[in-house]
Amino acid sequence: MLAIVDYGVGNLSSIKNMLDRLGVESTVSCNEKDIVEADKIILPGIGAFDNCIQQLHNSGLIDILSQKILTNRTPLLGICVGMQLLLQKSDEGVSAGLGWIKGVVKKFNFSHESTLRIPHMGWSEIEEGKPSRLLANLPSGARFYFVHSYYVLLQSEGDELASAFYGHNFTAAFERENIMGVQFHPEKSHRFGMQLLSNFVNNY
Amino acid sequence: MRRVRIIPTLLLRNNRLIKTARFQNPTYIGDPINAVRIYNEKEVDEIILLDIAATKEERSPDFVAIKAIASEAFMPAGYGGGIGKLDDILRVISSGFEKVILNTAAYYNPGLISEGANAIGSQSIVVSIDVKKNFFGKYRVYVGCGKNNTGEDVVVYAKRMEDAGAGEIILNSINRDGTLTGYDLELISNVSSKIKVPLVVLGGAAKIADFKNAIHHGASAVAAGSMFVYKTSSKGILISYPPQHQLHEELFATL
Repeated sequence: MLAIVDYGVGNLSSIKNMLDRLGVESTVSCNEKDIVEADKIILPGIGAFDNCIQQLHNSGLIDILSQKILTNRTPLLGICVGMQLLLQKSDEGVSAGLGWIKGVVKKFNFSHESTLRIPHMGWSEIEEGKPSRLLANLPSGARFYFVHSYYVLLQSEGDELASAFYGHNFTAAFERENIMGVQFHPEKSHRFGMQLLSNFVNNY
Repeated sequence: MRRVRIIPTLLLRNNRLIKTARFQNPTYIGDPINAVRIYNEKEVDEIILLDIAATKEERSPDFVAIKAIASEAFMPAGYGGGIGKLDDILRVISSGFEKVILNTAAYYNPGLISEGANAIGSQSIVVSIDVKKNFFGKYRVYVGCGKNNTGEDVVVYAKRMEDAGAGEIILNSINRDGTLTGYDLELISNVSSKIKVPLVVLGGAAKIADFKNAIHHGASAVAAGSMFVYKTSSKGILISYPPQHQLHEELFATL
């Protein structure tokens, strides 16, 4: 069973809704037992970094998640701020991230002449960096829905699976061993997101 | 090349899809769930769903109905109509929407904007502003489904909504609603130059060239009602959306 970690943040029904459509059994849960028994875990997140990490601490699930992800090597997919939480720290707040992936989260910062608005809100095509099971079988021109003011800067470029462009290139997806993250929202990205979630479920 | 969001806007009344002209003469279009399924197939960027009866009837959103609609939406979706308190905002989000759209409530209770932004993030709190141009050429903000003139200047008001915590502004021209005569570009210029958050424009679009004009005048995203529910020639009902290759050639490649 796939577990979507419910720590009181964001719209979890959309993720579950798309998995239902794919015929994948999943549970939205804050229950330790469901996390222990999960064979795949999705960590969502939306809003402010500090609020998310604080809520995750308050949920009391971090110890069990650490054991599952770092010791048992259960596949994990972080989505949006859920991806950013996996890094060491963020410009957005003062709290430390989980630090399971080396790198930091930076704020988009454009010159005054730029017409680019923050947040980056909309659809972008992604450019795949290296072949992966997560992004397998995506059609050309695959596009995804992004909403974010901050982006992930990986310490090891080798972890990057795909980039997207907003003023400059930034990491759209990464993978290191069993830990994956996507900056965009696959659950709101039509058949492209369905393919990605299906890959996460079937290829790991 | 630059991609911009192109957003079909659906109006609801008693869980039926309707379309107005200048905020009047509602015409029955069809079933909202069916329309959303078609927009799924057409892979639209986003949808806006507005229950235009809820505030008038002084009731909360029909959460059962909108949850059913959201469960069919595999694209970002925003909901507005009848939202008066924080609990409504939270319930719209848990019904499966990414964005909550405030209009009349934002005018009478701007504190709700920041309350909502603190709870779910400003990127999910959208303020929709209905605007009418008066005889003197001044743009004034209307609330209560376009019924009540607040006397507010639209630029001053939009700025105040942004300062209150709105993560996005929808600018809806009452004069152009349902007319298929193109966006009010002067209105778009006036507002876009004064705010920093994304600006979605609505009211008047009939063709892709209208989108291009709106973007050149500072819109971040374009929304349309009639264009995506009517055949432009005959006004027969046809749920439609331009295919990606056409948008690439006629719009994105030119931006």
